[in-house]
Amino acid sequence: MTFQVRLGVVLLCHDDLDVAARMARIWADGGARVVIHVDAKVPETRLGPMKAALAGLDGVMYSRRHRCDWGRFNLVRATQDAAEALLNEYPDITHVYLASGACLPLRPIADLIAYLAADPRRDHIESVSAHEVGWAVGGLNEERFTLYFPFDWRRQRWLFDRFVEWQRRLGIRRRLPRGLAPHLGAQWWCLTAETLRLILKDPRRDEFDRYFRLSWIPDESYFQTLVRRHSVDVESRSLTLVQFDHQGRPYQLYDDHIRLLEESRCFVARKAWPRAAKLMAYFPRPVTAHADMSPPQPARFQRMINRTVLRRVLGRPGLYMQSRYPRKDAENGKTSAPYAVFQGFSDVFPEFETWLTDRVSGDVHGHLFGPEGVEFAGLPEIGPGAISSNSMLRDHDAQGFLTALIRITTRMQIFQFSPRDNQALNWFIATDPNAHLIVVTGAWMLPLLQSGMPFDDIRRVTALLQRAEIEQLDVLNSVWVKARVQIHDLSDFLSRPLALLDEAVRQIDPQAAPVTDLPRMRDLTGLDDLLRRLRNSGLRPRLTGDGLPLTNIDDGQRRNAE
Amino acid sequence: MTPLGRLPVPDRIRRRVERQYLIGRAVRRRRVLHGVADRTALIQPKDILAFVTQRNERIRLPYFLDYYRNLGVRHFLFVDNASDDGSGDFLREQADVSLWWTDSSYKRHRFGMDWINWLLLRYGRGHWCLTVDPDEFLIYPHCDTRPLDALTDWLDASGRPSFPAMLLDMYPKGGIEDQIYREGQDPFEIARWFDPANYSISKNHYLGNLWIQGGPRTRAFFSYDPLTGPALNKIPLVKWHWRYAYVSSTHMLLPRGLNHVYDESGGEMASGSLLHAKFLSTFAQKSAEELDRRQHYANSKEYRAYHSGMQRGTTLWCSESREYQDWRQLEDLGLISRGNWA
Repeated sequence: MTFQVRLGVVLLCHDDLDVAARMARIWADGGARVVIHVDAKVPETRLGPMKAALAGLDGVMYSRRHRCDWGRFNLVRATQDAAEALLNEYPDITHVYLASGACLPLRPIADLIAYLAADPRRDHIESVSAHEVGWAVGGLNEERFTLYFPFDWRRQRWLFDRFVEWQRRLGIRRRLPRGLAPHLGAQWWCLTAETLRLILKDPRRDEFDRYFRLSWIPDESYFQTLVRRHSVDVESRSLTLVQFDHQGRPYQLYDDHIRLLEESRCFVARKAWPRAAKLMAYFPRPVTAHADMSPPQPARFQRMINRTVLRRVLGRPGLYMQSRYPRKDAENGKTSAPYAVFQGFSDVFPEFETWLTDRVSGDVHGHLFGPEGVEFAGLPEIGPGAISSNSMLRDHDAQGFLTALIRITTRMQIFQFSPRDNQALNWFIATDPNAHLIVVTGAWMLPLLQSGMPFDDIRRVTALLQRAEIEQLDVLNSVWVKARVQIHDLSDFLSRPLALLDEAVRQIDPQAAPVTDLPRMRDLTGLDDLLRRLRNSGLRPRLTGDGLPLTNIDDGQRRNAE
Repeated sequence: MTPLGRLPVPDRIRRRVERQYLIGRAVRRRRVLHGVADRTALIQPKDILAFVTQRNERIRLPYFLDYYRNLGVRHFLFVDNASDDGSGDFLREQADVSLWWTDSSYKRHRFGMDWINWLLLRYGRGHWCLTVDPDEFLIYPHCDTRPLDALTDWLDASGRPSFPAMLLDMYPKGGIEDQIYREGQDPFEIARWFDPANYSISKNHYLGNLWIQGGPRTRAFFSYDPLTGPALNKIPLVKWHWRYAYVSSTHMLLPRGLNHVYDESGGEMASGSLLHAKFLSTFAQKSAEELDRRQHYANSKEYRAYHSGMQRGTTLWCSESREYQDWRQLEDLGLISRGNWA
């Protein structure tokens, strides 16, 4: 390795000058020349302590101060001036690193110098064609280059938005200076002095500056675009680890990120929380005997950040809590896990729940939405997750009740349902892809058979339940259904109960053994008589299906009727 | 409470009038507060402040103060509502506490919120202000590694003026009075159990806040009339502006934008939790006392319910209770969220 890298650093500082001074010292101690630009918004009085802290340090200089506003050209101007000053003062510099006062070097500067020396003509700058990127925040990718942006996004948001709209309506399209292909990328780069000089001394620089002055966020596009014009060897990856959240703000780094950052092997990370004392004390790592030239591997850190972004943007499915309360149909997952609803089965088979418990892996509850109370499996007073079995509490927030139950339990939740139960969640369940509904319509009539109630009461109850179930079936037959729904009417079910039960069990639990025996079935005698009396009293039973019950006599009667 | 009564006024204007009324009320009633120790001159521009109303909480105070000092609260502003257990003397001697004393009716001053609104207006402007009771302990994502100012700096950077922390009732295993709480002790050594998943949520469209109910109190004391159970939603941490006002306890604020601490398009915003160390050995005595005074919300219905519950020897613990470990556990359960604070 014969090439001698002499590193220069442009340090852009905004507030927190204490931290910035500390960073400047780290760079300078590592052998870099440092030029410091302090935002002109910082009062002169606060500059004194910084200058005092850095007094006597070799190779630290200050550049002309510009006022810096986020997303405006004055950031580029500050960078240009500082870089020019640095190159004029120290003509022997071979590489220039653009960093901010909050950028924390993670590895010794010697490592960085050795890494740069391995390929001394390479420019490290993220530069992605503006036609390709999809990550810019705010939906302005190409429009950054084709519209005018005279207003400040932070301070004049209203004007900014109106002006963009107005230009869109008028179809205004700025023309890029000839020969430029728009590129975007992270603001922080490391260029060779050669490339940087070519950019700064470009004969058409005035034209370019004029153009970029009114584009949006030029600090992420000026050097990124121009480097394509001048550089022969672009490594399109920033040496600075920087992650943005979904609103385009950089993530801050804290003490608990130390291990992740060390594993990332990045040279510089942005941006450290100014009071993260342990982090500041830990980095940069001390110089080792042999400079470590391994490249950065930020993948794990980026995965962690991406997970967090996902949590912020999509959230955890099926979670409803104090800081996540999605609007209807914006839930990104109405519930957190698959669950099954059996309707009518417990009416046909009185011991259905115990029977099913032995055959599937899952928690088989009774009527969770029953009118008297919540029938958790085993009928405890307090169910999973300390959910109360009080029906008033449940009905107060039925959706929260169901989603909390599904989220807190580890096994599949299976429960019984009937038109007697609270119908508030019919739409919710029907539009939930996690739901599996197996419905036997009209089965609610069977318990009425042996109820011993007077016929008038039975007729009234039948009317109520039938109406409830018809309304539910309207939901289940609508085009918005996302749940897996199987609907059989009672006569259909009774004609081949074993096959249908087997199918249902296998669908909710593919590992279940084939169903070979039926649970005890309710006595059906008198059903045809009841149906006939209901019909004759003016109430047409619509949900039990045709031809019930399937006895020989009935078959004979039906043939006669036909 | 509202000065407009049932007049047909647009909600926007109604809320504005209500807010101005609350602020005016707080200003007018500042006179009942008598300064005992005013160290507010010590407050530095970026300090995080805590605002507390207390009555006879002497035994809890040492741990409370230490807990929040460790988190990074720089100054405490206490209102002492006529304590007679020496808590006033104790507070007066703390170097980072400013103390006011009043013997006015807690109830008639909107359960102390008039006093707190005044102190917030007077001293809280431009500061991050934490309004808590002496039995509430703030937990937030990363609270084991990052101090409170890391959170407030991040909230500032994200442009969020308020941070929600749901009240999580903690209780011991076994009878509430079985283990005696000693002064200075971490209350969660004793009351270290909570209900993981029985919280119901509804939205208040007028003020835009979520109304969260449930937990052990609703399950054990309010089962006969569950909908009147206590509210658990709280917004205790606010970057105060003089135009803000707490409406009802710290459950909600005006202007209503401050209550919008939740995401409605499926994402999660950052949130924390206030661990509620109410159910300790001190509780029965407190509930008997408060019952006599009838100074609490809805004619002390809560305390009455508790008291009858206590006398039957109720334990809040059940087999579904979870033992508290750390904030990560609460996050996994979905009670708090880190949002995008990585």
